[in-house]
Order: sequence, then structure tokens, then C-alpha cells
Amino acid sequence: MHDVVIIGAGVSGCAVARELSRYDMDVIVLERASDVCEGTSKANSGIVHAGYDAEPGTWKALLNIQGSRQMEELSKELDFPYRRNGSLVLCFEESDRGKLEELLGKGKKNGVGELRILEREELFKLEPNLSADVAAALYAPTGGIVCPFGLTIALAENACVNGVEFRLNTEVRKVWKMEDMEDRENAGKKNGYRLETSQGVFEARMVVNAAGVYADVFHNMVSAKKMHITPRKGEYCLFDKTVGDYVSHTVFQLPTKYGKGVLVTPTVHGNLLMGPTAEDIGDKEGTNTTGGGMEDVLKRGGLSVGSVPAGKIITSFAGLRAHEDGGDFVIGEPEDAEGFFDVAGIESPGLTCAPAIGKYVAELIRKRGNFPKKENFVSKREGIPSTALADAARRQELIGENPAYANVICRCELVTEGEILDAIHRPLGATTLDGIKRRTRAGMGRCQAGFCAPKTVEILARELGRDMGEISKAGGESRFLTGPDRK
Amino acid sequence: MEKGREAGPENATATAGEGKKRELVCIRCPIGCRITVEDIPDGTRRITGNTCNRGAEYAEKELTNPTRIVTSTVRLRGGKAAVVSVKTKGDIPKGKIMECMEAIKGVELEAPVRIGDVALADVAGTGVDIVVTKDVEASVSA
Amino acid sequence: MEKKVKLLVVGGGPAGLAAAVAAKEAGITVGDILIMERDGELGGILNQCIHNGFGLHTFKEELTGPEYAARYAGKVCAAKIPYLLHTIVVDIRAEGETKYVTAMNKQEGLFTVEAHAVVLAMGCRERSRGALNIPGYRPAGIYSAGTAQRYVNMEGRMPGKEVVILGSGDIGLIMARRMTLEGAKVKLVAELMPYSGGLKRNIVQCLDDFGIPLKLSHTVVDIDGKERVKGVTVAAVDENRKPIAGTEEYISCDTLLLSCGLIPENELSAGLGVELNPVTSGPVVNESLETNVEGVFACGNVLHVHDLVDGVSEEAENAGRNAAAYIRRKRPGNGQEKEPWEEPEQAGAAEEAAGQGGSAKGAVIGIKTGEGVRYTVPSKLRLNYMQEEHVIRFRVGDVYQDAVLSVYFNDTPVMQIKKRVMAPGEMEQVKLRKTKLKDYPDLKEIRIAVEREEHG
Repeated sequence: MHDVVIIGAGVSGCAVARELSRYDMDVIVLERASDVCEGTSKANSGIVHAGYDAEPGTWKALLNIQGSRQMEELSKELDFPYRRNGSLVLCFEESDRGKLEELLGKGKKNGVGELRILEREELFKLEPNLSADVAAALYAPTGGIVCPFGLTIALAENACVNGVEFRLNTEVRKVWKMEDMEDRENAGKKNGYRLETSQGVFEARMVVNAAGVYADVFHNMVSAKKMHITPRKGEYCLFDKTVGDYVSHTVFQLPTKYGKGVLVTPTVHGNLLMGPTAEDIGDKEGTNTTGGGMEDVLKRGGLSVGSVPAGKIITSFAGLRAHEDGGDFVIGEPEDAEGFFDVAGIESPGLTCAPAIGKYVAELIRKRGNFPKKENFVSKREGIPSTALADAARRQELIGENPAYANVICRCELVTEGEILDAIHRPLGATTLDGIKRRTRAGMGRCQAGFCAPKTVEILARELGRDMGEISKAGGESRFLTGPDRK
Repeated sequence: MEKGREAGPENATATAGEGKKRELVCIRCPIGCRITVEDIPDGTRRITGNTCNRGAEYAEKELTNPTRIVTSTVRLRGGKAAVVSVKTKGDIPKGKIMECMEAIKGVELEAPVRIGDVALADVAGTGVDIVVTKDVEASVSA
Repeated sequence: MEKKVKLLVVGGGPAGLAAAVAAKEAGITVGDILIMERDGELGGILNQCIHNGFGLHTFKEELTGPEYAARYAGKVCAAKIPYLLHTIVVDIRAEGETKYVTAMNKQEGLFTVEAHAVVLAMGCRERSRGALNIPGYRPAGIYSAGTAQRYVNMEGRMPGKEVVILGSGDIGLIMARRMTLEGAKVKLVAELMPYSGGLKRNIVQCLDDFGIPLKLSHTVVDIDGKERVKGVTVAAVDENRKPIAGTEEYISCDTLLLSCGLIPENELSAGLGVELNPVTSGPVVNESLETNVEGVFACGNVLHVHDLVDGVSEEAENAGRNAAAYIRRKRPGNGQEKEPWEEPEQAGAAEEAAGQGGSAKGAVIGIKTGEGVRYTVPSKLRLNYMQEEHVIRFRVGDVYQDAVLSVYFNDTPVMQIKKRVMAPGEMEQVKLRKTKLKDYPDLKEIRIAVEREEHG
């Protein structure tokens, strides 16, 4: 029996796993996808919110300010891309100024520092490409941007190095309280949970339910106090790096007469991102983009920046945010399910909160068993060296260590074979094309893997000792080569 | 100005008046001349629209015995690439294309190969050889 | 590796090879030329274009892509022009007349080569699904036609069984036939525009021969399938290219190929400060195919996307010759050994010519695009550097039947060429004679336009 089973290897599950890995306990993460970071964590705004938005007193408010304060240090410890670029909330009507003041007040209550309201002159100096219709803005210098894959993968790798077991391609189908089990084998085992999965049965004293849009399903299997999560679809458009400096801050909007605003932001890798829409849907798998959604993103984004460089879109994507009916995160044990820890309803600002969620939930769990601290806990993790970001001397050094760093595979993002090999062979290494993409950025550029995909597939096949036909985009049936090959 | 053209086959046949009239697009060069072939009651054909002799030749052949060059690849053993490109050295009857492909699928060559090497003689009984179209060296074994 | 060369050619595809060979033939010592190619062999994209139809113009016979590539690679090897394979250029910068080209490969690591002239011949890339804004899921099974071509022709592997192709560019048409020959079922080619983007003969021999339907004014409006493509929804579009509600049709398939246009690959050029034409996405060049950065020339698909490799070779030979002429004129230093091309009458020819036009470099004549003409290459002519007969290449913006191409000097019509059919998918050209330009008084501007044929 494991001490803890974590359902879901998204950013929340991985953050909890990493914090638990500080202690001497048996932790296993079950993930249905072929890699970590395959759900909501891979398709969001990549924002580290300053924390003025959430209602004071909520989980969101509490964990946002903590997460926002922890992110920079964590990014150094675990070596993932993070930048404090500051954020702006635009106000378009003089009559809406009150709403800016309201946000400022909330921010102060939540403990957000350095907030102030900017008038047009100063604002346009900061962001010359803003729409002329902007009246004023709330400025939050502590707002930031982060690579959501980088963060999640770093947490997972570090947890893995510190002894947490990750079971990928393992879909949890049923969760039982042991006390409800009727078979003899389990008679007397009053504590703990039994999980039936696509890869067999797992038992654990405690469960962390970090299953994203499916967290309600698992919660409702063990608790009579029902939870309901609505997948809220958010569509995004990502733009070429040539317009990555279109804005330098993360630009939000006050809600306008056209509805809730979308953000326009540089990404931590230098692209420009616009979105998300917000549409409640029934399908927990509905990550498709729509013509209307993309139009909406561009139209609303245009309110902030005037003209949108639509010809520079390199891709669009949609993510599902887990919106719980109560409107706040649901964190902790239900009254009727001791040892079952929900990390549910983690919608925005969930990415920002992840470090704080990890610490908080780990602390709850640690107290249950008086688990001792590991003496050999490795707190630092080194990311994959990036050729694109390296200066000439560092490039030369990398090539000196391994000539594969001179073999460019993805020319748009300047990713070399060396980086891809590292991504495959490091702990919790990539086994799919998307796994390579999220670890190295190969295929993330303007040609969207048209040029590098065959080469990456070839490297994956070679390194994993498989046939190219077995290599997939993201596991399951997503194989690339399904045609009638000659035998 | 031509707009909204329905995409029918480029090479269409219409019967009008005394003779059959056929519209062809010449494939002998990238210009793609639109050639009109009219059957004259005396048994001959009137070919118009071509801008060179190859067009007339193509039209005549296309109506009597249409032929095509077939290009594909064959498997390669011990080479720097897994396959090597090949072609029929000359035209083969259009009706033989799939048979030709079947025959090509069974071929495996040993590297090195050179442009012009015969990969398969007399493919599908056409009298035409399949020849290699690329030089591929043998892979350097460790 | 610290190296100095006179001419560095970026890209070892058809354009780069032809440019290097032409520069050598124009008298540049082979040791002073260097080609950098990112792939493991010379020939570029031609190596995966195994179909025939190349070289009719250049070699008077129909070759396959690899055969055409081998002809030029053969010339490079026979001339012993040095080239580096598996070498990617990561940066080019210019300081005065010297260019510094930084590249990487496994043997040399990161290294910089100093060059006097540079020929940009990096080719182009395909427009991706993302850039096309096709809604739907993002499963495996969506490939640009060229990526699929690489899998099938270079790796011998088939990407899928049942195929829909969006876009009727030549690569898409060629791949429709190729996939069919290899046993896949190509269900449909859908084209957004009311005309095909490919050559007519490819519609005949790649689609009609195999009964593959082509739907013009249609596009893909949804992609189904969470892991692998399960199907696509195709709909008709109106004259503004917007899908028409009610015309949607679901087609089951496991593969969607995209053949929706090519984009010159000019990230290096932009980094160097080369001015780009927003219509072509390629550099703005003068008659010598020289960019705004002195001594940097462009040719082939990096300059503007061509239909035919023959056109690429011809253009690239010009670029190579012009680069050689530039080197001759500007060769730094002195006291070097004389070479054949340093004979006074040749070396001084350009300068002498420059002297005749009044100002040092002579008159610069702008080429303007009139009605129906999207761009021209080149877009300006320096009279003194023109060839006796100078080819201006361009594309039209629509399908025209029985129209006239008119060339104006200032506002005077000087040339009228009847055209039976013109289409955006087929590059056009006009030839200008230097003597005619010289004879025209005070020529400032040349304009090329498409006009209706006057009847009666």
C-alpha cells in the first residue's frame, strides 16, 4: 500500500508530488496521458497573476499572493522560464474608472504590493501599441509570465528524482474507500483507498485528487457532499516572435459591454499570446478550437491593442478550465472522506497558485503520518540547456561536451539534437513528439513542426529502440505513420 | 476573367454536331496548353490550341494510347537512405500504372546505387525498365 | 574554424548550387567560394521531389527532382567548389563591405566565416495549419504536403490511409498521386480559391488520372479526432472566402494534407537588416538581385516562390554572376595575384558603364505594379547594371483570360503582350531591352499591368 496516490500529473498534482518528495513516504502519481502536463496545464495563459483579482478571503486570493511570491525563487531552484513583466488592466470608459479603483482596493486587501493607476500619458510610454480608446489602467508590477510546461515538467522531474513514482498511461476509473469494500481480502483494512485503473489496482492510505476537469467525478465516488465541475473552454491565438514585443506587459481588460475581456501578453519565450474566450461546455474532452472562438479572441484582443497582427498567427489552441460551481478552489478533505484530499476547481489563477497549493496540501498530508524529512532531498533541478538562449561561448561549450548540440533539428526555434537527446534521457523523459516539443520547444515555432517533426520522430525511434511507426504525437492512437507501408 | 469554375476533369469530351470534340490539357511541359481535338467525318482529327509539336503528339497519343512516366521509390539495403527513387525509363500505358507499382513494391536494391541503374527490367510486360534516379552511397558500417 | 571567402552561399539547394557554379564560371576562384547546406546532401528539397517534370527548359529533357539536383551537384563537385553539409547558418551580419556568417556543425562547432559577398538561397517553408486558422482538434495526422512527401519519398513510410488534401498547390497535387500510388485513398482535394494554385498539367496527371475530385471554392472548417484525425468537415466558401452555412460535408479520413502556399524563409535575412517585400515575403532586390544590404544577393524561393526549378536555376545563375561582378568591383586589398577576370577591360567595365549615366551609378528606375500585378522581381533597375535583355518576373492576382500585359515607360505604353490565360499559380515574365530603356528620355518608372484585350 502506498502512502499517497496522486491522481493527475498536471501542475497541481506535480506541485503536491514535489513537496511530498521532501518527506520519507511512498508517493505515486497516476496519469492517464502519456506525459505529464497534458491537460489544462498545457493550454492556458502562462500568467503569474499579481493577485488583485480574487475576492479577499477566498482560496484563490490566499494562494495567489503566496504563489506569486514563491514563483521567482522556485524558477531559480528548478530552472524554468519565468519573468516578472508587470501587468496592466485597461479601462476603456471614464465611467469605469471606479472598477479600476475597486480592483486596486481588492489588490491591497489581498496583499499585492506596488499597485497603482496609470494615466494615458504614462501608459502609452509603457505600451505604445495600446488602442487609442484606453482611458486608464491599473498597473501591477509584480505580475509575471511563466512557461506552464516548464513549470509543470520541472516540478515533476524534481519529484521523480526525489523518489516519487510516476505511472503514465494509467487512467483511474474507480476510486473506493477501503471501508466500503466488501471483499474479504480487504476486510479490516478500514483506512485508505483503492483505485482501479487501466493498468491494474492501486491502494493508498491517502489520495490527492488533482484530476482537473475530472476531479468532480473522483470526488463524488467517495463523498456524499457532491461537487460539480464545468469545463470552461478558453481559446487562444499564438503569434510569431516577430510580433512578440507588440506589448511588453500582460495586458488585461476590465469587463466591457462586449463581455469578459481577453488578455494580450508576451510569452516568456517571446511570442505574443491572445485569449482566452470563456465558454462553458459539457464535454470534458472538448479541446477543439472553433471559428467563432478565434474570431472572438482577435476582436476582443483588438480592443486592447488597436490593430491585431492577424497575419502573424502561428497556431491556435483551446484549454479547459475546471470551474467548480462554488467559484473557488476546493482544497482539502471532504468531511466524509478522511485522507482524500481534493485539489479541485483549479481554474485561473491556478498556475500561479501551484507552488502554494503544493506546499499547503503537502503539509496537510505530512501531519497525518509524521513523515520525517528526507535527508538527501535534492532541491535543485537543472533544465535542458537552450541553444537559442545561449551566447556564443556557452554554445561552444555545449558543442564541446556533445557535438549533437551543433546539429540543429528545429530551425525556427533553434533546437538542437543535443537538447532533444537530453529531453529523452532525463528523468521522466519525453517519449512523444509533444513531449519533446514542450521540453525543448522543437516544433513550437512558425513552421509548427513541418520541418522538424520527421527528424524528431526519427530520433525518438532511434533512442527509444522503437520503429518510427510506433512514435506518436501524444500517446494513444496519435501515431504519425499509419499508412499501408510496404512489408 | 474566369471565376468560380466548377472543377470537372480537365480533359473533357463533348459531342456536338457532326464530330466528337475533346478538350485536353497538354502535360508535356508546364505551360499546359488547352488543346481541342475534333473528329472530322473523314476519319482524321483536327488538333488546335497546342503551341508546339509535342502538344499535337500528346493529343494524338492521349486519345489512342495514353501513356505516363511513373515515379516511385524502392527499398534499399545497406544504404545511407532506406529507399531510393526510381522511374520508368520511358512512358508506359496509363492502364499499366498500378501493375507497375505492384511490381516496384517487390524490388529491393543493394547500395550503392547510381542514377540510371536498372532496378527492374521490363516492368509489367511494358518493355520499359525501372531505373534509379538518385545516387546513394553504401552506409559506412561502424 | 576561422575562414575568409569571397563568396558565401547560404543553402545548397538548386538556387545555391546554380549561384555558386555561375560565380565560379564568372571567374571567382573555387577556393574563394563556400556553400553551407543544413542537410546531409546537396540538392535541397529536390531530393524528395521524386516525380518527373523538371529541367525541360534547362536541360531539354524531363528529369526527376533528384536527377535535376544531381546535375547541379555534379557541376559543383566537378568544379571542386567547397561546401559544408549538416551546417546551419545561425546569423549573418554586415560591417561595411564585410559580412560575417556564423554557422554551426558537428565538426567545427560554432564558427564564423568572413565573406565579401553573400548569396541568400535558403528556400521556403510551407504554410502550417496554425497559420491557416483551421478550427478543430489538434490530433496527429495533419501534415503539410512537403512533410508527407518527405515521409513517403525519403523514409519510405506512409503517413496515412485515407486522405483529404486542402489546397491545390503543386506539392498537394503531386502528393495526391503519390499517396494513391502507394495504396492510400485520396478522397478529395479542396481549394479555397475559385482556381487551382497548381499547374494545369498536374491536375490532369495527378488528379484526373486517378479520379480524385477537386472542389474549388471549398475549405476545411473543422478537424475531428482527439488523438488521430478521424475526419474533416469541408464547406463551400463565398466570394469573400467565408464558409457558407449549410454546405458542410463530413468526410472521414485519417490524414489531412495541407498544400496552402509557401513562405520564403527570411529570418536570417531579416536579422541582417534586409528589406523584405510584404507581398512576396522575400527581399526587395534590384536588377542584380542585390538586396538593400550591399553585396548580399538573393535568388530562388527565398526571393519569391517559383513554380519551376528551371526559373530558380536561371535566376540563381544571375545572382551568382552578379555577386562575382560585385566582388570584382569591390575586392578589398591589393597586391594579390592577377586572375583571368582581373583583366583591365573586364574589371573596369562596370565602373566605366557607371560613368556614362551621369551620376556615378547611373539612373535608378522603379518598377511599379499596375492593375492585376502583385509584385515584380526585381523592383528597381539601375540602368548601368542591366543586362542587354533583362527578365522581370511577377505574378498576377487573379485568373485572367484573353488579357493583355502592358508595360508602361513613365505613362507611355511601350509593350503589349496578349495572354490567353494567366493565373496566380503560374509565374509570368516580361523581357526588357536595355537599349529601349536607354533611348527613352527621362525614364523614371516602369509599370506593368494586366488589361482587358481591346475588341473591335
